[in-house]
Amino acid sequence: MTTSTFKPAVPAQPAAPPARAKRAGRRPGTVAFLMLVPAGVLILTFLLVPIVLTFGLAFTNARLISPQPARFIGFDNFVRLFDSDTFYASLRNTLVFAIVIVPVQSAIALGLAMLINVKMRGVNFFRTIYFLPVVTSIVVVSILWLFLYQPNGLINALLANVGIQGPDWLGNPNTALFAIIVLSIWQAVGFHMVIWLSGLQTIPGELYEAASIDGANPWQQFAYVTWPGLRQTAIFILITITISAFALFSQVNIMTQGGPLDATTTLVFQAVRTGFQQQQTGYAAAISLVFFVLVLVVSLIQRYLTREKDAR
Amino acid sequence: MTDLMPRAAGEEPHAVPDDHLGHVADSTPVVHKAGERKHLVRNILTWILRIVLTLVFGLPLLFMIVSSFKPDLQIFSDLTSIKAFLPVGDLSLDNYAGISERVPFARFLINSVIITICTVAFGLIVNSMAAFALSRIKFRGQKIILGIILATLIVPFETMALPLLWWVNKLPYFDFVNGFTQGWLDSYQVQIVPFIANAFSIFLFYQYFDTIPKSLDEAATVDGAGWFRIYRSVIMPLSGPAIATVAILTFLPAWNQYLWPLMVVQSEELRPVMVGIDYFKQLNVSWGQLMAYASIITVPVLIMFIAFQRSFINSIASSGVKG
Repeated sequence: MTTSTFKPAVPAQPAAPPARAKRAGRRPGTVAFLMLVPAGVLILTFLLVPIVLTFGLAFTNARLISPQPARFIGFDNFVRLFDSDTFYASLRNTLVFAIVIVPVQSAIALGLAMLINVKMRGVNFFRTIYFLPVVTSIVVVSILWLFLYQPNGLINALLANVGIQGPDWLGNPNTALFAIIVLSIWQAVGFHMVIWLSGLQTIPGELYEAASIDGANPWQQFAYVTWPGLRQTAIFILITITISAFALFSQVNIMTQGGPLDATTTLVFQAVRTGFQQQQTGYAAAISLVFFVLVLVVSLIQRYLTREKDAR
Repeated sequence: MTDLMPRAAGEEPHAVPDDHLGHVADSTPVVHKAGERKHLVRNILTWILRIVLTLVFGLPLLFMIVSSFKPDLQIFSDLTSIKAFLPVGDLSLDNYAGISERVPFARFLINSVIITICTVAFGLIVNSMAAFALSRIKFRGQKIILGIILATLIVPFETMALPLLWWVNKLPYFDFVNGFTQGWLDSYQVQIVPFIANAFSIFLFYQYFDTIPKSLDEAATVDGAGWFRIYRSVIMPLSGPAIATVAILTFLPAWNQYLWPLMVVQSEELRPVMVGIDYFKQLNVSWGQLMAYASIITVPVLIMFIAFQRSFINSIASSGVKG
């Protein structure tokens, strides 16, 4: 396994070619090689090899701790996977989570960025507050919201004040995923706000002045000046939000353990449950592979779509 | 986007992206009285919105910190009123004192500090060196290596976490006490070494180094400096902003590690703080203690963020500049 998986990654190691020596003594190629070795070895060992292993292990019955070596079992893991209701539930939840999070979170983040993209005293205060949840660990955020979402927790207490009887947010299969979506946006939206903001600030102010002299109303200014200027930022934000949405795990692990009735289980949660708790590395690798393909396909599609628009 | 605008502009008839207030309305004199009034209304609504959002993002954290000083019964009885967010009633440090009865907190804290410092410090050296070689030294295969590193950026850690778990359990390790051993599970190094080299850090350094004039290298070479010397004495001292960015962007995930230590560490004495949260979720949860634990592992980071705000925000912003 090991030796065969190593091969494709080997070209990553720089060769030391007989490049023209700038200085007497060591050739630049040798120095470059020496400087790249630490990072190169680490990336090879802890990034490239595991990626290749994901493909390899998915077709074996490898177990985390087992006296017997892993054996090739063809597509058995995938047959089992595609026959499992829990797998479909995880796939569905992961996709629903991403489909909701990607547009909503990027839109709210853009709105926040616009609210604070003003040259005015005191506006930094708002930026700081909106950003606080980003520096708070998702683990802490999950615990905090676990309490807010309790049947007798803060949110239902607030709702009771206006006469609404709140549900058991995390205990009800109909609301659990929604509840996790809300807190995930709350935690991460400040991050993308800052990225939008840096995009907004690259748009020269003269463009707005020119537009308003030409009589453009604020909406037209947004459509013809702001938005076109944000295209690069938008691509970056779409891709990062999508990938992090697919990786949903901590919130689920802390708040719901995938329940109720698989309503919040996700691909990564299932991979951890099978690969770590049940030690079935091969099966978990198959789930990871599905996840990997999903990420790859979506980022390719997004890149393709956004390229098209650029060309127009 | 469009679905946000009406909300962002409140009850105004025309949905208006608010930043144009800053860009346009402030700089162009508004002639008509009606326009002036509209401007004022818009301004007030924008301020209300900003304040409401401040409550949305700030209150839950305030609630967490305030509750950490209250006994469980009072936390619940305060929920129905504004008192939930105010430090009133029977305040004490009992919840904080109770933490150490449930978890070896000092141990967890030391572990997290060790892991974070090592990951950040080694990461700065290893990644900046690699970026230096890629950006400033000419050699064959440069483009390919850079391409491979950039390609790995779209692979989230979670996709390979399980294969990596299997893999680190097979890796050999050498130390001077035990000699060669197999398997990295249950150690400090398994929580540090896999996260030292980081494609994104390399990319950020690379991008920054490219803005430093190459003539500096030539001048240093004339003075007899080798590449290592140029890296250490010329380029790195000029790269403060890049160093700050990478340090901040690697500090947060290192401190917040959860999934990985959950899987690779069995012994209590090697666990980091985030995994400690799971200790409190057992039977008869004490929410007061849980809020105290959550506060104590969060507040230092929040204070650090507020102190170094500009660097934090700039780091995140520069992470998005990539094309």
